[in-house]
Amino acid sequence: MTELQRPDVGLETAQAPLRDAEALTTEERTQFQMIITRFLRHKVAVASLVAFILIVLFAFVGPLVWKYDHNIYRDIPSDQPPSWDHPFGTTRAGQDVMGQVMRGTQQTLKVGFVVALLTTGIGATWGAIAGFYRGRVDAVMMRIVDVIIVIPILVVVLVLAGFTRGTTWFSVALIIGLFGWTSTARVVRGMVLSLREQEFVEASRAMGAGDGRIIFRHLLPNTAGVIIVDATLVIASAILVEAALSFLGFGIQIPDTSLGLLIQNAQTAVFTRPWLFYIPGFFVIFIVLTINFIGDGLRDALDPRQQMVRR
Amino acid sequence: MVTDPWPDTDLLLTVEDLTVEFPTDDGIVQAVRGVSYELRRGEVLGIVGESGSGKSVSSLAVMGLLPKTARISGSAKLQGRELLGLSDAELSKVRGNKIAMIFQDPLTSLSPVYTIGYQLAEAVLAHRDVPKEKAWDRAVELLDIVGIPNPEQRANSYPHELSGGMRQRVVIAIAMANDPDVIIADEPTTALDVTVQAQVMEALNSARQETGAAMILITHDLGVVAGTVDRVCVMYAGKLVETGAVDQVFYGPRMPYTLGLLGSLPRLDATRSHRLTPIVGTPPSLVNLPSGCPFSPRCPIVQPICIQEEPELFSVGVDGQLAACHFHERLIGAQPVDLFPPTTIDEELVASYEDAGQDDAAPEETT
Amino acid sequence: MLVYVLRRLLVTIPVLIAATFFTFVLVDASGDPLQELRFAVPPVPEETIQARAEQLYLDRPTIERYWLWLTGVGNSRGDIGILQGKWGPSTQGAMDIGQEISERFLITLRLVAAATLFALGLAVVTGVISAVKQYSLTDNVLTFFGFLGLAMPTFWLAALVKEAGIWANQNLGTNFATLGATSPLYYRMEGWEAFMDVVLHLVLPTLTLMLTGYAAISRYQRASMLEVLNSDYIRLARAKGLRNRVVMRRHALRTALIPVVTLAALTVSAALTGAVITETVFRWRGLGTFLTQSIAQYDAFAVMAFLVISGVLVVGANLIADLLYGVLDPRIRYD
Repeated sequence: MTELQRPDVGLETAQAPLRDAEALTTEERTQFQMIITRFLRHKVAVASLVAFILIVLFAFVGPLVWKYDHNIYRDIPSDQPPSWDHPFGTTRAGQDVMGQVMRGTQQTLKVGFVVALLTTGIGATWGAIAGFYRGRVDAVMMRIVDVIIVIPILVVVLVLAGFTRGTTWFSVALIIGLFGWTSTARVVRGMVLSLREQEFVEASRAMGAGDGRIIFRHLLPNTAGVIIVDATLVIASAILVEAALSFLGFGIQIPDTSLGLLIQNAQTAVFTRPWLFYIPGFFVIFIVLTINFIGDGLRDALDPRQQMVRR
Repeated sequence: MVTDPWPDTDLLLTVEDLTVEFPTDDGIVQAVRGVSYELRRGEVLGIVGESGSGKSVSSLAVMGLLPKTARISGSAKLQGRELLGLSDAELSKVRGNKIAMIFQDPLTSLSPVYTIGYQLAEAVLAHRDVPKEKAWDRAVELLDIVGIPNPEQRANSYPHELSGGMRQRVVIAIAMANDPDVIIADEPTTALDVTVQAQVMEALNSARQETGAAMILITHDLGVVAGTVDRVCVMYAGKLVETGAVDQVFYGPRMPYTLGLLGSLPRLDATRSHRLTPIVGTPPSLVNLPSGCPFSPRCPIVQPICIQEEPELFSVGVDGQLAACHFHERLIGAQPVDLFPPTTIDEELVASYEDAGQDDAAPEETT
Repeated sequence: MLVYVLRRLLVTIPVLIAATFFTFVLVDASGDPLQELRFAVPPVPEETIQARAEQLYLDRPTIERYWLWLTGVGNSRGDIGILQGKWGPSTQGAMDIGQEISERFLITLRLVAAATLFALGLAVVTGVISAVKQYSLTDNVLTFFGFLGLAMPTFWLAALVKEAGIWANQNLGTNFATLGATSPLYYRMEGWEAFMDVVLHLVLPTLTLMLTGYAAISRYQRASMLEVLNSDYIRLARAKGLRNRVVMRRHALRTALIPVVTLAALTVSAALTGAVITETVFRWRGLGTFLTQSIAQYDAFAVMAFLVISGVLVVGANLIADLLYGVLDPRIRYD
């Protein structure tokens, strides 16, 4: 009787050898520690993370410390190139560009974060449900995704931004987020389609877990790595979209400011007053670049297939 | 070094003191540590070991197929000609021509975008200056030899249209395309269904007969070794730990690891009371090898000297049997059961199964 | 395969209808195209506003207007109904949407096609080099530029390229055009002269628009090539005794190109979006500026026209990509 229940006969023989075999073979390391270690190995990503934290401080703490904000002040001389008093120079109207860039970066980052939250939330749930149920549910849900993809995002955003005139950073973020989750949904769906066939789903179903539990407790956590990497890409592209919208005049509006708006105003000043054009542009590029590198480092750290070959 | 029953003139492949290291972020992985073996004409040499014991890496090193990051030293001579350090151009004249290789996973070994006939003809054309039609005819002929039905039509199939066993036959056909002197088969049946394993081994044997090639059969399946191989090398943690004629090693193993391997082999001729004897523990990390004998952490007869000193290969008997164990003399006539306790208590095992089923934490280990 | 194409197109129809309906409702709700007329100083007579509203079908409910736009069936003047090839009236004066679109379409297509082709060509080459020489200096430099390209806002780059073009024209004697898709006198030109005019106007905008696409595709090509290079069949191809060069060309590149084809199709839709900005900066009378202008004028039928054109382009590009995928990869079968 008991014979039949033991397919792996004697796999755990108890024995006390001179040395503990397990301790010698592998160092005990949790998965989280592994991820951190791997991430730290990606030097560019680590440098980017540091730079990104500095930018966040600059955008959110900077305005509390710096004497000017983005508004016009009568005592600010116009059209000054960078100097000690105004490290990023001044505008013709009499604004301190550093104050402007701080404010602009802040708005831009806020948009990026809110969009990332929205898209990963909607996209991951949507993709997981479609991939889990497959069949008709999947077909309908993915057709809806197709609809959203066919509409060029700029049309939606332009139209909606026109609709909610007097746009704030939040409405811009909301609009980008509500229409930017399709790629996340597709990626997650693809992963869930293959994950759902694996034994652990079968096992938890056998133990009586409901659909919701399987989706949110078992399937989605398994896609976490991809979702995190995807989120960094989403932040980066949201920042670019926000900047483009502001540039076209459909994003954040004066008297508030954003990096896109600053570049828009400095478009023709590339040679005459280069600081107005290059500094906000440099900030956009730098933010997106650091986020992308962080995402790259995270991808390497989270990918279990990644071989730890030294470069 | 040891008595040699075969004359040296038949020596095809001589591997001496082969060492392969991979620099990784965790340190240097010592995949192969000073392995030496010889392959004679017409002979089948089995290399046996657990995964990670360095058996595949040592063959890939001979073929020059390791990634550029690998650091290789030692010597591998084919009929007296050094292979290590040859340029890609020189090596490509040897590969597929003198030495052919068969890989473990037939599902990924063939390019998905070309027909099998094309991939076979390509192997022929790589070394022979014949018209394309000739090469194609040869491809069809080879498919026939390895036992693929309707070879004319099958040559036009893409790999995904064939089963795993069929694909492995195609890979075997590719290996024999240029009548090589040596065929290295790296776990040729591991990825296949048990039912087709025998057929693939049969195809491999006919390939060997057809080409007259000597073969290195890399496997962890001792059952495969027993029926096919003339001599066997047992590898553990990147080193040879026992070698000799297959009967000697199988019936008179002189190294505890070999004993352990044999004890964990299910036997059809065994009585019902015959128990499999497992080896406790896992192979050591190749980055952080234990001092002394690498098997010492798992060895049931380990003594203080085993931790201090790594044993060399001792000549232990007739016909060149070698074993790397300080206590090889004590192992004369030993049976696996003498060293390795067969099983746990049944109730304990049942209890452990029940434990595993209690909560749903277990499935998440798949992440 | 024909069945596959037809089925694909059949599935696309409801998607396009839903997308157009959705956009229509949005544009419609975004503002009143007659606002200017209503608040004009001096005031415009009520009858004139009424007549204009009737002319634009604004006196009908949104659903009915969408239906009219789609089919033209019902109480219409015969100037509406996309399925009959009629684009509907425009709020922008006497503009004929159909004529305007057809003029602008070729201009935008020129830009998008040039940018996509150059981006694709360059990206495949550099992506492959990057993968083959993984972690080398070349790879690191190319990777860095790839990331930089992904981080660069199109409009910033456009403004920079434009100003750089002006600078080069002044200081290096080059002759790049920085405004418009063609010279004002283009209509008088013929043959070579006309061709060169188009090319010189195309250089800077193409340079701008190709960058984003290039960065994305080259990253992807690198990843795809790396995956193939690490595959078993590449190892077997080398074990057969094929020379490295042959293995790369015949086995690695051929397979690594397959997924890139799909991405290239997606680039077309990204390039259309990018064209909106590029055209704005370089003042092209293309579809992009047509779109922004139409949105600003609450011109629902004009926005719909853009959507139809871009939708058809994107769907077409995806379909071509899928079919190419089938040609390149024997594992894919259409049935």
